[in-house]
Amino acid sequence: MAKIIVVTSGKGGVGKTTSSAAIGTGLALSGHKTVIVDFDIGLRNLDLIMGCERRVVYDFVNVINGEANLKQTLIKDKRVENLFILPASQTRDKDALTKEGVEKVLNELAKDFEFIICDSPAGIEAGAMMALYFADEAVVVTNPEVSSVRDSDRILGMLSSKSRRAERNEDAIKEHLLLTRYNPERVAKGEMLSVEDVQEILAIPLIGVIPESQAVLNASNSGQPVTLDQESDAGQAYLDTVSRLLGNNVDFRFLTVEKKGLLKRIFGG
Amino acid sequence: MPELLSEPFFELKGSLFPLSVIHSSDLSVAGLQAALQQKLDQAPGFFHQAAMVIQLTPEHQSPDFQALKQLFQQLKLVLVGVAGASTEQKQLAQAAGLAVLRLGQDSKPLAPAPGASGEARVEQVPMHTKVVEQNIRSGQQIYAKGADLIVRGAVGAGAEVIADGNIHIYGTLRGKAIAGASGDSNKRIFCQNLQAELVSIAGHYWLSDSLQGDFWNKAACIRMQDDSIAIGEL
Repeated sequence: MAKIIVVTSGKGGVGKTTSSAAIGTGLALSGHKTVIVDFDIGLRNLDLIMGCERRVVYDFVNVINGEANLKQTLIKDKRVENLFILPASQTRDKDALTKEGVEKVLNELAKDFEFIICDSPAGIEAGAMMALYFADEAVVVTNPEVSSVRDSDRILGMLSSKSRRAERNEDAIKEHLLLTRYNPERVAKGEMLSVEDVQEILAIPLIGVIPESQAVLNASNSGQPVTLDQESDAGQAYLDTVSRLLGNNVDFRFLTVEKKGLLKRIFGG
Repeated sequence: MPELLSEPFFELKGSLFPLSVIHSSDLSVAGLQAALQQKLDQAPGFFHQAAMVIQLTPEHQSPDFQALKQLFQQLKLVLVGVAGASTEQKQLAQAAGLAVLRLGQDSKPLAPAPGASGEARVEQVPMHTKVVEQNIRSGQQIYAKGADLIVRGAVGAGAEVIADGNIHIYGTLRGKAIAGASGDSNKRIFCQNLQAELVSIAGHYWLSDSLQGDFWNKAACIRMQDDSIAIGEL
């Protein structure tokens, strides 16, 4: 049975697409056949982050409209085995997605894949609702600041009331909190909400904390999912997150201020 | 959600109303007339058609309720019932078409009335209770129509909980809580941790700024006191 995981947040710019790419890549690296579906119709970004923008021929909307089949549309990642991308349409808008159409495509994907990662657009309108409607699990991406936390709270409300599982009275969507752009130094200075603060407000289990890192921007610009940069703190934090998603118990890292070594203190770090 | 007002509906609800209760050792028509007239002269108009209850004690034995009713009518008052009635007094009062009421604990009868308690209870129509098991998230609105509301989780910033009755929140209240939404100022709001954007009882409201006192971030009970909202310990 394929697991449908929506990566969502409500607020824009918190790292949904980066996280979708990193988690999808991480799952594939662990040997699970994974597809990442871009639901951000009209503002296609996932292809850039995954570095496959020149290979997009058909898109999600073409498949829904029957203008292309899945096999033609899915883009196979060249670096990681078992990893595929279903790109969004750049020329259409979110109304091009219908519940029936999305369900048909997801059902077809479910036959082939173990994990279907739905990269949600920002907002709480039709596009975001479509991305979360069929989900089994949700990764709620949140930055440690108040507006992001409130928007996440809003999306959590939607997950528990507007999803297919809620409408059918099935078990609720399993919710995970992914804190991104976490900066322990600023938390220590009181400039940023701490993990505990965010968890207290949102009251859902923590799946990962991704430190604010230059590696994330570099990865995005070069079209490399950050999980492939296994030297970086962000890459390692995402791999930990993937491991937790797969049910492993992994200690949290990068939560406290790193103590500078003697050399770093002398030469600056 | 509120239904259309044009829809016909029928409901029995328990409500509390202020009633004037007469405590007097002399319940003869002449005695009571003199005493009442004196009161009415002091504040003419104030008691016009006011609903009244007579507090009974065993010493009163069996007053003539029919005659008393007529007396009240003459004085432009409405005798609605008696309180603290013994079994015999209860029968007489009921025969005269009066309600037999039981006083709350805070107002004690003049003299102890053995045997008068117990049977004389008026059944309160129970208010329903709506229980919400999970957190109420930003943007969600919960309305407990004609009922108390119990929330087992937190109420998020930007969420709203509304009840015609009382509101109990066992988590943190960060959003808005509106109790006594249909106008009953006896309703209260209870929460384990007060960080609300707004609290309101029967249309009176306080914003977050006014709440940042001793009880901010603490368990609190919010109620109406002398036409103003008051916060106290839970």
